[in-house]
Amino acid sequence: MQEKCLIYDGTFDGFLSAVFYTFEHKLELVNIQNEFAPQNELFSENEHILTEEDKANRVWSGLKTKLTSQGSYQMYYAFLSEKDGVENVLLDYVRYAFSKNTKVDKDYSHPSVLKIAQIAKMVGREKHRMEAFVRFRLTKDHIYFANIEPDFNVLPLIQKHFKRRYADQKWMIYDIRRRYGLFYDLDKVDIINMDFPKQFDFTKTNSDYFAEQEFDFQKLWQDYFKATNIKSRKNMKLHVRHVPKRYWKYLSEKQST
Amino acid sequence: MSFQRTQEKLKILADAAKYDVSCSSSGSQRANKNKGLGDSTGMGICHSYTEDGRCVSLLKILLTNFCIFDCAYCVTRKSNDIKRAAFKVQEVVDLTINFYRRNYIEGLFLSSGIFKSADYTMERLVAVAKKLRLEENFNGYIHLKSIPGASDELMREAGLYADRLSVNIEIPTEAGLKKLAPDKKREDFIKPMVKVKNEIIQYKAEKKIIKSTPKYAPAGQSTQMIIGASGENDFQIMQTSNFFYNSYNLKRVYYSGYVPISYDERLPQIGTAVPMLRENRLYQTDWLMRFYGFDVSEILNEQHQNLELDIDPKLSWALRNLHEFPVDINTADKRMLARIPGLGMKSVHKILNARRFRNLNWDHLKKIGVALNRAQYFIVCESNQFERRDLTSDKIKGFILQNSTSKYRKTLSNQLSLFG
Repeated sequence: MQEKCLIYDGTFDGFLSAVFYTFEHKLELVNIQNEFAPQNELFSENEHILTEEDKANRVWSGLKTKLTSQGSYQMYYAFLSEKDGVENVLLDYVRYAFSKNTKVDKDYSHPSVLKIAQIAKMVGREKHRMEAFVRFRLTKDHIYFANIEPDFNVLPLIQKHFKRRYADQKWMIYDIRRRYGLFYDLDKVDIINMDFPKQFDFTKTNSDYFAEQEFDFQKLWQDYFKATNIKSRKNMKLHVRHVPKRYWKYLSEKQST
Repeated sequence: MSFQRTQEKLKILADAAKYDVSCSSSGSQRANKNKGLGDSTGMGICHSYTEDGRCVSLLKILLTNFCIFDCAYCVTRKSNDIKRAAFKVQEVVDLTINFYRRNYIEGLFLSSGIFKSADYTMERLVAVAKKLRLEENFNGYIHLKSIPGASDELMREAGLYADRLSVNIEIPTEAGLKKLAPDKKREDFIKPMVKVKNEIIQYKAEKKIIKSTPKYAPAGQSTQMIIGASGENDFQIMQTSNFFYNSYNLKRVYYSGYVPISYDERLPQIGTAVPMLRENRLYQTDWLMRFYGFDVSEILNEQHQNLELDIDPKLSWALRNLHEFPVDINTADKRMLARIPGLGMKSVHKILNARRFRNLNWDHLKKIGVALNRAQYFIVCESNQFERRDLTSDKIKGFILQNSTSKYRKTLSNQLSLFG
């Protein structure tokens, strides 16, 4: 039997619609691919999947009866990893879940279950890191602005945390890699797209855009960071394990002034 | 606030506060209310890490480093010739709020040198917390130091605004304390601890009846001991620790390897290495006590007064108790699984879940994340391959050390050469 390549629009609903399609047509050999991913299956038959919310909801609510709540959120987390081929591991996971009468998401001796749990863990770690490493800078129009460049698409996962915490200040978190952001206007959080000036340097705090006191507080924070270090216990290996170098460029305490 | 003055003070008072180890910001249940600032309902967050690898979660500062005491182990002791400074209450409030708004920190850890009297000092610490809570509607994390000798009334008020209170006993034995801090008495440390413990119990009981009862120190209290300054052995240290956990319902006891800061001849001299490996082994023991179901006397007792540095305390216990092994991964209860060297509690839970679906073999265990390098000598699983030789403890230890690359290899190289 020939492999069928299902191409979806990159959204979670789109992915679930593709899952629906494989069950509807009883397909066995499928390869679910994001339309933005490079297509490399030259000889496979392609099918463009239409994202349909009601079909996606049917799959999702079906899954929720087949998995514990932890299992369904692990699926969503793993999906947001945007890892190459994760859709197919997820499909295998879904098939396994639907084939059993018991909830299977704790069956860590099944390869797809373990894999999804592990990817979800990585995404969870990235989410937690972003909650830690976001550094807001106060702009001239009184918005606390932060830019991030996470490995995985974690903005949907951190929204609640920041909304609850910074209820009394306007803030914006912008994902440079995925070119969208979250904006909180003291009432609700919206997804926004933004155009930045061509020369805008995300690693620099430019006095054209940022409030004057911003420079003082960055300096105080850098001083604090230095003062709280105990030199005779220096352990750079541990330091880098906790704060991997790829995050350094947007951490204000790591900038030299 | 004047930037330069604040900058100068921050450098001095953060530097003086850094020997306090606790940086925990978890375990509180303070939700954002009335659209104020901050929320401490989730797990703790380390916003950064210093170059020594320690978590930066709270703005950890002293209110002042003026102090009337002269404790030999303390960098702010009266006789030490250092720059002194003191924050105004409002300065601490401003720093905390502005750091928090930028997502630098989870909250404030405020400690202080003791100036004038215990109550005078405690009053000011409470004033900062009160102002943050009532005027700024701040719901982030606040950790206040209980000043030894502070009055019950102040301690009661402190707990209403703080998430955690702590008082450091510093020296594990009374004899050591007498030698290094003759002006201080152990009772003075214990008194605020008892008060806080009783208030926590009382407020919790009242909350069950009247829901609107305010929270009292919801993240509990903790303490800290300095390791390697006054000659105690590990047995003494962990006995003290166990006593404090049991008697005062402490959330945490912290162990702080002594960083030499003075030429006082009662203490290790400047240039002596910080006992970081020993500190690590003590924390491992602490975890075995609190999460792995060990009794402290199983690990440290009259016969074994010090932890082995080259292997972890669980492995060390297992090697002394080979009659308890091998354990069958597929049938053993949770208590026994937790006692296998190389298995953490996460692996234990994964095994308990996974073995309901099928019997587990070596490959499953490896993928789950068990450290087979250590575990293999102590377990059997769904496989006919297992350790059949009747190995002695020394042999097993030798095999394990041969096949591991400890991050402490350098520190240990002298001892390792014995096994060659």
